[in-house]
Amino acid sequence: MEFFRQHILTIVAFWPLAGMIVLLFFNKESKGLIKVWANAVMVVGFLVSLPLWFWFDRNVSDQMQFVENFTWIPTLGANYHVGIDGISLLLVLLTTLLGPLAVLSSWDAIESRVKEYYVFMLMLQAGMLGVFISLDFFLFYVFWEVMLVPMYFLIGVWGGPRKLYAAIKFFLYTLIGSVLLLLGILALYFNYPTIAAQHPEIAAQFGPGSTFNVLAFQAIGPFLSQTFQYWVFLAFFVGFAIKVPMFPFHTWLPDAHVEAPTAGSVILAGVLLKMGTYGFLRFSLPILPWGTKHFIPLMITLAIIGIVYGALVAMMQPDMKKLVAYSSVSHMGFVMLGMFALNPNGLNGSIIQQINHGISTGALFLIVGMIYERRHTREISQFGGISNVMPVFAIVFLIMTMSSIGLPLLNGFIGEFAIMMGALQEQLWWAVFAGSGIVLGAAYMLWLYQRTMLGKIENPANEKLADLNMREIVTIVPLIIMAFWIGLYPAPFFHVLDKPVNKLVEKVRPDFFQGAPRLNAEQIGAPR
Amino acid sequence: MPQFFQIQDLGAITPELELAVFGMFLLIFDLLIQQKRRLGYIALAGIASSALFLYRIRDIEFSAYGGVLSLDAFSIFFKLIFLIAAALSIAISLRYLDIERENHGEYYALILFSTMGMMFMAGAVDLVTLYIGLETMAIATYVLVGFLRSNQRSNEASMKYFLLGAFSSAILLYGMSLLYGISGSTRFVDIAEALSRRPVTDPISLMAMITVSAGMFFKIAAVPFHQWTPDAYEGAPTSITAFMSVAVKAASFAMMLRIFMVALYPLRPQWVSIMAAVSVMTMTVGNIAAITQSNLKRLLAYSSISHAGYILIGFIAGNATGITAVGLYLLIYTFTNIGAWAVIVALRRRDVIGEHIDDMAGLFFKHPAAAVLMLIFLLSLAGIPPTAGFIGKYYLFAAAIETGHNVLAVIAVLNAAISIYFYLRIVVSMFMRDATERTGLTSAPGLSFALGIALIFTMVIGIYPDPFIALARQAVVAGF
Repeated sequence: MEFFRQHILTIVAFWPLAGMIVLLFFNKESKGLIKVWANAVMVVGFLVSLPLWFWFDRNVSDQMQFVENFTWIPTLGANYHVGIDGISLLLVLLTTLLGPLAVLSSWDAIESRVKEYYVFMLMLQAGMLGVFISLDFFLFYVFWEVMLVPMYFLIGVWGGPRKLYAAIKFFLYTLIGSVLLLLGILALYFNYPTIAAQHPEIAAQFGPGSTFNVLAFQAIGPFLSQTFQYWVFLAFFVGFAIKVPMFPFHTWLPDAHVEAPTAGSVILAGVLLKMGTYGFLRFSLPILPWGTKHFIPLMITLAIIGIVYGALVAMMQPDMKKLVAYSSVSHMGFVMLGMFALNPNGLNGSIIQQINHGISTGALFLIVGMIYERRHTREISQFGGISNVMPVFAIVFLIMTMSSIGLPLLNGFIGEFAIMMGALQEQLWWAVFAGSGIVLGAAYMLWLYQRTMLGKIENPANEKLADLNMREIVTIVPLIIMAFWIGLYPAPFFHVLDKPVNKLVEKVRPDFFQGAPRLNAEQIGAPR
Repeated sequence: MPQFFQIQDLGAITPELELAVFGMFLLIFDLLIQQKRRLGYIALAGIASSALFLYRIRDIEFSAYGGVLSLDAFSIFFKLIFLIAAALSIAISLRYLDIERENHGEYYALILFSTMGMMFMAGAVDLVTLYIGLETMAIATYVLVGFLRSNQRSNEASMKYFLLGAFSSAILLYGMSLLYGISGSTRFVDIAEALSRRPVTDPISLMAMITVSAGMFFKIAAVPFHQWTPDAYEGAPTSITAFMSVAVKAASFAMMLRIFMVALYPLRPQWVSIMAAVSVMTMTVGNIAAITQSNLKRLLAYSSISHAGYILIGFIAGNATGITAVGLYLLIYTFTNIGAWAVIVALRRRDVIGEHIDDMAGLFFKHPAAAVLMLIFLLSLAGIPPTAGFIGKYYLFAAAIETGHNVLAVIAVLNAAISIYFYLRIVVSMFMRDATERTGLTSAPGLSFALGIALIFTMVIGIYPDPFIALARQAVVAGF
């Protein structure tokens, strides 16, 4: 037990990989066995990650928890260094929750090359978990890139008609962002010894030599020169913004989503996009405080464009999946807006909204997948009056629509409300634009629901549709529970985030808690 | 003044001598042994014995033959690369030559002679020794490129390679003669000293530097001196292409390191800017040209051009990290690239040429292991972790950032990202297209052996690179 507790993060992250290696030895013809095994691995993975929630000490403010730190490549100064705080805790749990649901949703959908499919799903799961637990930038980068390969295969092999195009676009976009990110990491790596030499307290804590320790980088953050922060922020920005995706780097997302198989979309929207926002939270903000403040105008502008543009484009989509994909662009705009408001409300909302987006958009992709499996089309005009034949499905879809819109009592409301509060604290017009995004969001989601679910059945092909079966209900119910939990009683989540978010604000805006609660123009661009 | 010949000097070149002796015995045995594959095993034994001796003298620092040949960690590191490359090339040739119906003893002897030339190149700290090593390597390689006598493309490739190779050697020699004229010595250290005493803008020094550089750029196939590469790589027997793309390239880079980082070091401000331009052009042209290729051999030829462009970054950085990066990258590239070429060698069957990208279509369904191996090698070439290629690229980019060559680093990483496009084309063909009746592989123990070694090192260096980085670093510290 003690061993388990000390190495829980490693076990959580590498468990899917271990399951994958075992899976390699299965006969590829015994598809049932493969499915059972993959599902079992994922469910156990979730159960193994649950103790994190209970063992996590919510009162510790400035320390990572469940830390493991081993030397890995001493010549480079790279370590196997993992640990989590409240922010990564939520994302890790979101990943271990969505993983089994995505795998379960593939039970009937994936008929060809079953073994490879589950191999890649498990590999992807391990890569994503690794990203969220890494505290060593080198290790982080390895996980960050490793998970491109399984995702590429998931889209490229099991995707829709334009899968090859979508897969290569996904890979190229993300890779271009990643390599620039790598240069930013290297710049920090070579700057660290110089700054550590000038500040003995940092050298005493993290050592004088080159390191990839993220915490060490966070410690030298305030002492990095402005030009340095300017360029490294841009490098990080490209890397993370492509992943989020922020306007104008979002164009890979609709293609990837539309072509990916359902489970791929769920993981892509639910977890992969969060890697971008997580990158900003964990690296850009605390390591480059001046750069963060300097680029607030740009970041907020892009976030707002993303919110409004994503919503407008979503409204015009004839394809359900593409609609949900563009709604992601809009929702992630909210996440970025809250984050760059740089106050506790905004950041709390931003992180909660990431979880919400994972839950509701993940669920919406599952819903689109369920209807697609029955009708093999996602054209909105092909549907109408579905609630008559699929009542359970209609209820599920309604709940998730409301959750996505941000109706009170459901999760979306909590996140959007906190983000709006954060934005209002800084600038009235930020909140005004964000509010217009909420209105547009309600419009396209309700319109989608109305066109597909309500009214009479006009298309004869829809008359005999079967309602959800037990497996599908099991897939979606956990997400509904989560949506209500966060909507009705979000306090445990905010409680987890409280300390790390305050610490983050203190790093980026040291004056925030000393009676300067608003960012002003001078502060945003002012030289230190 | 050191004595010109001491008896210990023979010890310093014993690994080379062993190769020469085995090569000559191979020529004799060729008359006696009908089973030509056995000659391959004898050649492998020669390489093994040479490597063994190399291992025994690994800690000796020795300046042999009055200081024209240096035995140090640097030369041993590179000699090791050549021996590995030669051994793996022979392993993948055994069945391939049977299929091409050209299994002759000279083939193995020539590989040994060529490797011996490379080993002299890595050890040379003197222009004449260097040049003799270079020509020994080159002449043997010219013959090997044209080894498929009845194949028109092979003959054409050999002719082209020979003409351009001779041309570039002449340019190189011209530069060398200028260097001798300037310094009155053929030794690198003397040349460096003479150059440092001349004014920075001295036209003769510049002329010497430019002609030497041009000759070197020919040898490593840097743009704009790269045109021979796709043709030579395509026409040569595939196993020899593999050999050229790793061993000959590594030898050329070893020679470049000695020349640029020792002899021409006083002119560094001048050659750095030239080399930066060449590096940017080389990686960009190599990558963009590779995108449109559908012949696998040409595709990998352009890919190897772009890799030469990346390696030049190490020279431009010029510090310990940079030069370590060159050595490390070449070591990694040896395993990864031989692995990729081995799969292409395996595509050749009695009735199928197996060079087109469609010949790989659906390879995964017929030979899953080979397809997965190829995937790993391609990801390594593209520099995706956790493969060795990432460590190599990481080190080069790190060197560029460390020395403040930020723009160069940005161009290089964008190139690395672009390169994934054409590597993934092969992946698409292998994994996402249906198999045709042309899809298939030869299997042979030699091929499996080479693939296994390449896989092990590609993954081990990728996941636990520490000892290999230490090895490369130790070599560099000794050399410069």
